[in-house]
Amino acid sequence: MPEVLKAPLVVEFPFTRSLGPVQSAFLTGLRERVVLGVRTTDGRTLVPPVEYDPRTAEEIHDLVEVAPTGTVTTWAWNHEPRRGQPLDTPFAWVLVRLDGADTALLHALAAPGPDAVHTGMRVRVRWAGERTGAITDIACFEPYDAEPGQPGNHSGEFTEPLTGIVAPARLDYTYSPGRAQSAYIHALSEQRTVGERCPSCRKVYVPPRGACPTCGVATAEQVEVGPRGTVTTFCIVNIKARNLDIEVPYVYAHIALDGADLALHARIGGIPYDQVRMGLRVEPVWTEGARYPDHYRPTGEPDADYDTYKELL
Amino acid sequence: MTREIAVVAFAQTDHRRSTEESSEVEMLMPVLHGALAQTGLRTADIGFTCSGSSDYLAGRAFSFTLALDGVGAWPPVSESHVEMDGAWALYEAWTKLLTGDADTALVYSYGKCSPGSVRDVLTRQLDPYYLAPLWPDSVALAALQAQALMDAGHTDEPALAAVGARSRADATANPHAQLKGPQPHGDYVVRPLRTGDCPPVSDGAAAVILAAGERARQLCERPAWIRGIDHRIEAHGLGVRDLTDSPSARLAAERAGAFERPVDTAELHAPFTSQEVILRRALRLGDDVRVNPSGGALAANPVMAAGLVRIGEAAARVHRGESDRALAHATSGPCLQQNLVAVLEGDPR
Repeated sequence: MPEVLKAPLVVEFPFTRSLGPVQSAFLTGLRERVVLGVRTTDGRTLVPPVEYDPRTAEEIHDLVEVAPTGTVTTWAWNHEPRRGQPLDTPFAWVLVRLDGADTALLHALAAPGPDAVHTGMRVRVRWAGERTGAITDIACFEPYDAEPGQPGNHSGEFTEPLTGIVAPARLDYTYSPGRAQSAYIHALSEQRTVGERCPSCRKVYVPPRGACPTCGVATAEQVEVGPRGTVTTFCIVNIKARNLDIEVPYVYAHIALDGADLALHARIGGIPYDQVRMGLRVEPVWTEGARYPDHYRPTGEPDADYDTYKELL
Repeated sequence: MTREIAVVAFAQTDHRRSTEESSEVEMLMPVLHGALAQTGLRTADIGFTCSGSSDYLAGRAFSFTLALDGVGAWPPVSESHVEMDGAWALYEAWTKLLTGDADTALVYSYGKCSPGSVRDVLTRQLDPYYLAPLWPDSVALAALQAQALMDAGHTDEPALAAVGARSRADATANPHAQLKGPQPHGDYVVRPLRTGDCPPVSDGAAAVILAAGERARQLCERPAWIRGIDHRIEAHGLGVRDLTDSPSARLAAERAGAFERPVDTAELHAPFTSQEVILRRALRLGDDVRVNPSGGALAANPVMAAGLVRIGEAAARVHRGESDRALAHATSGPCLQQNLVAVLEGDPR
């Protein structure tokens, strides 16, 4: 079998998320170097605070300030920090119960090594220099031996409270399209279009995906189709796509290549857009070094009879 | 419960570090055909199809729709999908059969961890406000749980090493397992967890067929009857949970009837050695229970399929007459946040 095709695939997007009143107060508080918890009706203080009591599902909003000092409840030594994590030198992941809180917050602890960390150790918040209203406004925790910090008495009311956050995310993948699609792409690079036939219903799929969606069986027999084909249906594109240097209006069409039982889609060129019609016979136009046809153009043959392609719309 | 429902067939791939030569549907199809062949059913005979997978593993939106090609979804079939482990797809299929809408169901799931970095991918399931911006990876969170377990005196490093060693030794009898035989406990990945405490990174797929009542008896010599199945979830915030216990697993087991009579076998979905320690306690499994004879997720961990594989492995032991009453468990979320328990029984011999 030919070499497996691979390509880098980066999925990256900024999630824009709105905040509830409790989350907003907490994250705005971090911006102002104030740590807020929320009190449940049974008197526990949750830090980080949530909008609903995880035990009773009651809506809660009684904000209370806690100290920036606390106690490690569990930890894990991370000797190889990964992208996006709070510190880029070895650190401990910690759950910290801040003084005045009944629950623990996840964050990083800056420490010289694992021997310097233990459950029960005292720590305090190290604030980030630039704060925007995010959990990362706490740069990390650091060991702290002195008296517990004294919480202020902040009401949780701020001028200019945050209403939302933007959380960027990026994941890196190596995409490989599998056997059938790799074979299709390899053939395309030789300017051939190769589909696969279903051993059960005998239909030829282009592009092939390795399975017949009707019969649920693997396709394997390779069948070269085209190069000519028939426009089965089309649309006229009137809005210019970003990063696409094609004059509008132009025609985008479903094309049933000769021998194929599934229409693929491509742009139609070499003919005024308002003369494209169902049944038009077309052929691919390749440009130098391209891995797929740039567009399809009319062959000049008579139009195909509707009955020959009516199943392929 | 008005209808008896059983697992009548189970198939899985050989789980491997990479299946880059296959697309997802190409990886999945032999498994679908394998499960169908055990029953003699064809895809057109199936009353309901339900699958579990994750777009975040694939890195592509609606990736499950391409996998549907493998079940012959045209003309349209009665079908559903959960963005969860296939064990939860099985739960949905079980409820569908309970309603009487269908007599048979095909449940499948697949996961290719190889295209991305699964430790990082799994951070995206976390609370987007307080957790995800810190990128705490799956091993780090499990390590926090393991340390809490050690601090509580429930385990230590040698005990964890023994869990890993037993799992990989048992996996030598499992032709589909990825990591088998003697393995070093290894270096720390995130202390206190070492490489031997962590699952391998796996690509794989699994399929199960469910059938109701007499249909199950026609399709399988010894059906694995689902006597009870339930799933429960805990709070998402790690700091509000007792990480050394799994009250949701215990409650699911209770609701599934697991404590009514002893089980002889348990297939636990514990990707980390420390999580097996927690689950054994929560599920009250004594030393006489055969735990993870397949090697468990420590021997092969195709994310999104590893939970369904536990149900399939437990059922297959009932089919083969190696178990009369088995517990199967699946988990989801950080540090065993969500747990599903099924109790499977064979007819008396």
